[in-house]
Amino acid sequence: MDNKIKRDLVLTCLLFILLMLGTWLAQLYLNSYLVRILNTACIYVVVAVGYNLINGITGQFSLGPNGFMAMGGYTVAILMLPLAQKEQVYFIEPLIYPFSAFTFPSYLFGLALFLGGVVAALAALLIGFPTLRLRGDYLAIATFGFGEIILVFANNLIPLTNGALGIKGIPGYTNLWWTVGLAFLTVFLVKSLVNSSFGRAFKAIRENEVAAEAMGINLFRHKLLAFVISGFCAGVGGGLFVTLIGTVSPSLFTFTMTFNLLIIIVLGGLGSITGSTITAVIFAFLQEILREVEAPHTIGSWSLPGIPGMRMVVFSALLVVLMIFYRRGLFGNKELSWQLVIDWVSRSKNGKA
Amino acid sequence: MEKHRERVLSLENLTIIFGGLVAVNDFSLELYAGDLVGLIGPNGAGKTTVFNMICGQYRPTQGRINFKGREIAGLSPDRITALGIARTFQNIRLFGNLSVLENVLVSFHVSLNQSFLSSMFSLPSYLAEEKRMREKGMQLLDTLGLAHLSQEEAQSLPYGQQRRLEIARALATHPSLLLLDEPAAGMNPQETRELMSFIQRVQDDFDLTILLIEHDMKVVMGICERVAVMDFGVKITEGSPEEIRNNPKVIEAYLGAED
Repeated sequence: MDNKIKRDLVLTCLLFILLMLGTWLAQLYLNSYLVRILNTACIYVVVAVGYNLINGITGQFSLGPNGFMAMGGYTVAILMLPLAQKEQVYFIEPLIYPFSAFTFPSYLFGLALFLGGVVAALAALLIGFPTLRLRGDYLAIATFGFGEIILVFANNLIPLTNGALGIKGIPGYTNLWWTVGLAFLTVFLVKSLVNSSFGRAFKAIRENEVAAEAMGINLFRHKLLAFVISGFCAGVGGGLFVTLIGTVSPSLFTFTMTFNLLIIIVLGGLGSITGSTITAVIFAFLQEILREVEAPHTIGSWSLPGIPGMRMVVFSALLVVLMIFYRRGLFGNKELSWQLVIDWVSRSKNGKA
Repeated sequence: MEKHRERVLSLENLTIIFGGLVAVNDFSLELYAGDLVGLIGPNGAGKTTVFNMICGQYRPTQGRINFKGREIAGLSPDRITALGIARTFQNIRLFGNLSVLENVLVSFHVSLNQSFLSSMFSLPSYLAEEKRMREKGMQLLDTLGLAHLSQEEAQSLPYGQQRRLEIARALATHPSLLLLDEPAAGMNPQETRELMSFIQRVQDDFDLTILLIEHDMKVVMGICERVAVMDFGVKITEGSPEEIRNNPKVIEAYLGAED
């Protein structure tokens, strides 16, 4: 038992070193297009893993990650935007004090991300406080409404968000070190939580609320905890996202974002952190690969015009097929653990021998 | 002469009204340390409703519930569990996708002395406590004869074992009062006999006071020292199994009156 914990820790450290080595090589040799996809993939990992904690592990259906990402994104954007840029961007109405008076130097980017997460987590606390006391689908309705409300605020709170024009010229602090590092950290921390006594309490709530409460688990406190952590992850992910693409506007965090994340966690298996991690990466790459189907093509004498939006058709078809053959997602609610990897490696070795 | 025993639970004039329906009316019962009391009655008599009031699922419209000198009516179920009352369910409510061991460990969560951050960062203090919890869980499963199943998914167990696991999970919350809601429901005679000795052994080993709802008269007459009978939300009588068996009111409630 003890040895296994130590072994897993060593293997996890090795994986981390390997990932960092890979990141270093990727920075050196990959073209910017691939790096961009990898960055997006890692951001999806951060948000999806947090999202799975509330939807898959705790079994409370939330539709809010786009709203929380928007909160985190705007927070980081406003904190990190250089002062000169602030004057230029906010030409309709000037940015309100105190944000107009200071900006974070680049070495405080980590703190800005953390604050983005905190703002999103506070929003989650605010929504969760009334809705998580109730049983049933209230959380889904409230979080869906919240996402829309945030967008309306973003469009109209011009002195803070610059309205529909959004904020441009955000310095691109996000790089692979940040995204890979934070994705690893998120997976590690959330997985530790899920494997702990708290994770068992979350799962007990998912399996049977009445029994969980009768076994002494405070339903409200634990649901709120999972929801706030999930909001924090989405906030950090939103912050990474806006500093990756350099701009933020309300159209960036529409419900489509939540829908994409929902695809990721359902495909990976509701309740499987490692499943979400893997499908988040697959999803980011697939999104790019499937751009091909939207481009015009000529096959022999047959020419196809490019159809914008065709990607989502293919995605939907893929989703249907996967749901037929893997109804519970790729991993169900199982986790990929070091034990499984070791078993699998030793089995394939024995198979060859 | 009987030793003076501590009063564990006293229900005073419990009444609960759902809309216009009086589900339980003026129900009183007292339990003393070490009691094994049966609560019987025809379907719909309000037995489970009494359980739900004791455990905090329902708040009684009137009346008092006193547990070891403390008024508990209206407290939330998790707080009542923390005070030392545990229950099983009539329709099994295990955490189906969790392993047998994990089902038991969930009940230890309430006594965990660690913050979520220390478990998130896998601090040594958390890992030590987790290890202790697992050992304690295995020990409990071992005394209840479920240790060999510890890694099985709870929903894959045979019916009798699932009932046993429900009791194990309730015991893991360290109760002094255990409420069993039809533990023998759906069991064959062999399983029922095993269950009876199991309940008696558990009561001795864990120093428990037990209140049990049961339809199977063999179980009630076999292990209960005292029996309370309910019909239409009212307690019609209370006494030793012998007295109950010959009480005309009880016979009437179960078989109907002779015209």
